[in-house]
Amino acid sequence: MIKVTTPPAGGFDEMFGAPGRVREQYAAYWRWLEGVSMDTIERKRKEADLLFHRVGITFNVYGAEEGTERLIPFDSLPRIIPAAEWQALEQGILQRVEALNLFLHDIYHDQAILKSGRIPADQVFANAQYQPCMQGLDLPNDIYAHIAGVDLIRNNDGDYYVLEDNLRTPSGVSYMIENRRMLMRLYPELFAKHRVAPVDHYPALLHEMLAQSCHVANPCVVVLTPGRYNSAYFEHAFLARQMGVELVEGADLFTKGGFVYMRTTAGPQRVDVIYRRIDDAYLDPLAFEPDSMLGVPGLMSAYREGNVVLANAVGTGVADDKSIYPYVPDMIRFYLGQEPVLKNVPTWQCRKSDDLGHVLDRLHELVVKEVHGAGGYGMLIGPASTREQIEQFRKQLVAHPENYIAQPTLSLSSCPVFVEEGIAPRHIDLRPFVLSGREVRLVPGGLTRVAMKEGSLVVNSSQGGGTKDTWVLEAPSC
Amino acid sequence: MLSRTASELYWMSRHLERAENIARMLDVAWNLSLIPFSETVNEEVAAPLKITGSLERYIEKYDTVQVNNVLHFFALDEDNPGSIYCCIRQARENAHAVRGKITSEIWESINTTWIELQNIRRYGLIAMGASAFLDWVKERSHLFRGATYGTIIRNDAFRFIRIGTFIERADNTARILDVKHQIQGPKGNSAVDYYRWNALLRSVGAFEAYRELYSDRITHEHVAEMLILRAEVPRSLRSCMEMLCELLPAVEGDSGLDAKRLAAVLYARLQYGDIDHVFAIGLHEYLTDFLRRVNELADTIQSAYLEVI
Repeated sequence: MIKVTTPPAGGFDEMFGAPGRVREQYAAYWRWLEGVSMDTIERKRKEADLLFHRVGITFNVYGAEEGTERLIPFDSLPRIIPAAEWQALEQGILQRVEALNLFLHDIYHDQAILKSGRIPADQVFANAQYQPCMQGLDLPNDIYAHIAGVDLIRNNDGDYYVLEDNLRTPSGVSYMIENRRMLMRLYPELFAKHRVAPVDHYPALLHEMLAQSCHVANPCVVVLTPGRYNSAYFEHAFLARQMGVELVEGADLFTKGGFVYMRTTAGPQRVDVIYRRIDDAYLDPLAFEPDSMLGVPGLMSAYREGNVVLANAVGTGVADDKSIYPYVPDMIRFYLGQEPVLKNVPTWQCRKSDDLGHVLDRLHELVVKEVHGAGGYGMLIGPASTREQIEQFRKQLVAHPENYIAQPTLSLSSCPVFVEEGIAPRHIDLRPFVLSGREVRLVPGGLTRVAMKEGSLVVNSSQGGGTKDTWVLEAPSC
Repeated sequence: MLSRTASELYWMSRHLERAENIARMLDVAWNLSLIPFSETVNEEVAAPLKITGSLERYIEKYDTVQVNNVLHFFALDEDNPGSIYCCIRQARENAHAVRGKITSEIWESINTTWIELQNIRRYGLIAMGASAFLDWVKERSHLFRGATYGTIIRNDAFRFIRIGTFIERADNTARILDVKHQIQGPKGNSAVDYYRWNALLRSVGAFEAYRELYSDRITHEHVAEMLILRAEVPRSLRSCMEMLCELLPAVEGDSGLDAKRLAAVLYARLQYGDIDHVFAIGLHEYLTDFLRRVNELADTIQSAYLEVI
């Protein structure tokens, strides 16, 4: 019998509604779990480790000297989302990404939302992610964020909240697919007992969306990577292979006469669509960072002439910035005339003096984030910090209030993970991946990230987070 | 195919082929060092250093030519770019860079080799045993080849992998034969010589082939003929060039005319070659000329297909 560590009271647990009471979506899983021994789980865990290493699903950690390639810890207890819950979630995510794309098109064209006064113009124009070179440029299908990752958490009330929109080069989708393959390999019997919606077709959807994103018939699509030392290189290679397209580095491409070509053993070949996993600043040394070795000289010029599609478009970062985040519900109302399905986390903008005063009074209970930060760096988690850390942060905050936003410390929902002696709750989030082409689509589920340390709320893989397979159960057919 | 991809694939297979050939060379040196009555045992042990042109680098570090040091130098020494360790590490780097272009089974065979090699290095060669280690290297190479033949589609990726293999193999076979011939000298029929030729043939996996083709006493003329001119022997210079002449024209596009011509000329010389003619020129002279031509061919392949300009 497996030892169960019950989740702390007051939190929301995905598996246990109350101590000892298993939620309906976990009923069949629980019956299965009661019949397995920890030895089996341990043996399977070792098998998974070995397989992940052999396949080389690794993650490069910046700054870590020993063994720069590391496995992201994989926990084999799935996160299960019932069909009805997913339907609402899906609706909310699609709505949000649609509004964000409309927002991007608007600010790079007529700027109606700024004129209406709903968003202060300086919040957009003074933003480092706003790209003036995109102003007035028409893109095929008016799509900017072809691929989006929306980070969701679940608070103690059980409601989903959007924590962050990722509209630049969101990563993690390869783990979503590999985690599913791994779990099917380790525990095939579980999939006979559950109707789990498939996610394996994501690369096919991605390829279809990319191919439709330009006006050329049978376009040449490539994935542009910064190279094999990038932390997400595994994913770049994985997606290129799964889509059956070339994985290129900047040096493989060149521009001539306003078109982009790649160097091949049979001479130059035209490139029509670039799924780029390089930040805006490094795309083209002639247009942005002159020292960039990663980019392609002349790429922006070809892009502006409409001879190549970049996915995602240049300048999408202005819409997923933490300073713009508080306005997303307003965007949804403004562009779609709908009420937002998904909640935003209440956010204080420290640039406003009222908000700042409030934040400074309550630093010990809030989470303060750098507006342009990412990856869990440069933030203060009030309740988990010492008095000195808080005072240290207070100085930075007072010096540059415009650089910070603050949010209440939302608890993340928990889900059990396998630990040595049994199962124990750990905090999780969810990142579904959204594809925007002629229509907006997503595969059921996404990447569930886990804070593997007991009590920790930091799920980022760069800081020791792990992942789980995410199951969306299909509604029983009538 | 991307030039960079072709280059990584080509060098991946060259490095793996090199690792295998080093293992084969060391196998000979190791076995001969175990024969107590061999008066030229030092020469045998030094042969791998001569073949690979790394005697100076070795002496800098180890002073004297001694079998355990030579083994370590070629097997696991990180400071020797020509060691099995460095070759496999480099091959794994090449494979990593193009893992989207090779099948997962090829990738896994190389990656597992690399992971296991790191473990072997941690415990040292003595713990595993020299013969067991060298056999392991050969087996891993066979596995890579098997995974490649069995899983990859017959496109340019497959062709550049094989082009790398045969360029490297042609170079290595010629070098092994050249150095062994120099140690051996033309005459000699003692028991020691028997062991030497025997070991050489075994090193290129051709002992059984020799018995099949010649079925008499092992002579250096026959060994040379077999390893240079015989089409049936998969590591012979002729077989290597035959494969290259098949592979280069099959690469998509019209690039690489120079490479195709050089390969064709070299192949014709072997296809219509004659062993008496080879010995009339002098085996060493003949092989030196061959090595120069193969290296010229490799340079031409590099500039025609692989270099990102």
